[in-house]
Amino acid sequence: MPGGNLEVEDLVAGYGATRVLEGVSMRVAAGERLAVLGRNGVGKTTLLASIMGLTQRHGGAVRIDGQDVSRSSTSDRARKGLGYVPQTRDVFRSLNVEENLVAGLKGKPRDLTRVAYEMFPRLAERHWNLAGQLSGGEQQMLSIARAILGEPTVLLLDEPLEGLAPVICDNLMAALGELSAQRAVTMILVEQQIQRALDFAENAVVLDRGRLVWQGRSADLAASPELVERYLGAASA
Amino acid sequence: MATRAGPSGIASGLLSPELLGFLVVWALGTVGYVLFPDDLAFLTRIVSIAFLVLSLDLVTGYCGVATLGHAALFGIAAYAAGNAARAGWADPLVLLAIGALVGAVSGLATGALIARFRGLPQLVLTIAVGQLVAALCNKLGWLTGGSDGLSDYTVGPLFGRIAFDMYGRVAFLMSVAILAVVFALLLRIVRSPFGLLTRAIKDDTVKARMIGASIYPRLVAMYGLSGAVAGIGGALGAITAGVVGLDGVSFERSASALVMLVLGGAGNLWGALAGTLVFHVFEHLVSTANPFHWMSLVGAMLILVVVFAPRGLSFGAIVLWSKLRARSP
Repeated sequence: MPGGNLEVEDLVAGYGATRVLEGVSMRVAAGERLAVLGRNGVGKTTLLASIMGLTQRHGGAVRIDGQDVSRSSTSDRARKGLGYVPQTRDVFRSLNVEENLVAGLKGKPRDLTRVAYEMFPRLAERHWNLAGQLSGGEQQMLSIARAILGEPTVLLLDEPLEGLAPVICDNLMAALGELSAQRAVTMILVEQQIQRALDFAENAVVLDRGRLVWQGRSADLAASPELVERYLGAASA
Repeated sequence: MATRAGPSGIASGLLSPELLGFLVVWALGTVGYVLFPDDLAFLTRIVSIAFLVLSLDLVTGYCGVATLGHAALFGIAAYAAGNAARAGWADPLVLLAIGALVGAVSGLATGALIARFRGLPQLVLTIAVGQLVAALCNKLGWLTGGSDGLSDYTVGPLFGRIAFDMYGRVAFLMSVAILAVVFALLLRIVRSPFGLLTRAIKDDTVKARMIGASIYPRLVAMYGLSGAVAGIGGALGAITAGVVGLDGVSFERSASALVMLVLGGAGNLWGALAGTLVFHVFEHLVSTANPFHWMSLVGAMLILVVVFAPRGLSFGAIVLWSKLRARSP
């Protein structure tokens, strides 16, 4: 069985006693691209953070390739193939760009950082700069590049395009698409740019107040202005 | 010129940081040897303390572990080397190895406890461990000589041939050689994936977990390495001074090491080295010039450094160098 199957079953999670997700269930097959959509504050970020083990789980389960990781630590989940690019940009500010990338290699040869520099030439130009000195967009590139170097089987992307120039957004989505196609990496994308998300992912789910209210093919959602208006509050995708 | 590892590790300079570190330590040692031939015992003591400050930098500067009891590792290793010499293990290199081993084991044991906590509880725990070790060393007089210190041991010649001379030349050169090798190795380690992950842990433990780093084992491992380095320093002190005293495990020793680290710049091995050197040289100069108020002058210097270079002299020097380079055509 190829790695990268993710299953979320009846997941109830939040922060401390506060519940944000109320019984979310979904399955993502290996190599699938899934867009997670919804208005602000409906639990999209919490869903990704919960899959990564960063929230308080009150019930339900998360499985990677059939293996229950609900009780596993965040680092265990990362070692089992989960890669996470959070909204907050998880760069290590006191390390320079090269060091950030090497830290994400998990012991693999340093030469692999070349992959990241090919994907984001801007990082190569600033490889000696501390991550804390980078612009928001550059930090986002670094965060994504480092996650990719970890060779995840499931990549969770929380608004990766935020703060990036349109041309970089295009390059990034193309790179992610290539990665998904070549290595069959499962990708779960939370993104405010609905059209880009639907173009990228073959399937989509919509969250509303912590519950899954719609799931299906992205094309079906994109083709239905009524659905988009109802669930996402946008006139059109 | 130091190597700047370019994209994918392509070197763009002439020297690797490790080789540069090795050569700089030797250069400083040579300057000290040539210019201050009458102060070699003092300089050897600085080298011994440099190991402690480097060791402290590994856990405090690189891992963010706050500690005020680190001299315990230094002192335990010094007593171990002294006792080994007393038992007939006279070869100085064997004694250094014993010091490193005992320091590493002590580091792993105390690190296993200390790394479980963060912040103030961790700091208090390090003080408690340091005080416990100091009290034990005072109590176990048959092993440590108590308040009189341990001095009834003899160290044999280096490599079985080169005897330690009364001017301290051999002791100093041996100390500098070991420091150069250890410093180069440490520069390598802190740039390795292991070293980078410890810095990442210090930066943000949650983010470090998100890339699969196990926090606790890495901190304990770094504590073990730090113990080995402190242990070499302690053993070196025992070998070159010929006496091990309670001051080696004292709270004051731990606190002064932290001061030296802050002075030079934590999280930078060069800073640890610079802080040790500057602190001792300044202390030596002002205590000679003014035997009554030298402590006040040392305190004033520390305040000035903290106010004008809060990240330490090394960071201040880097910033100054960058500005000068930016101005030059």
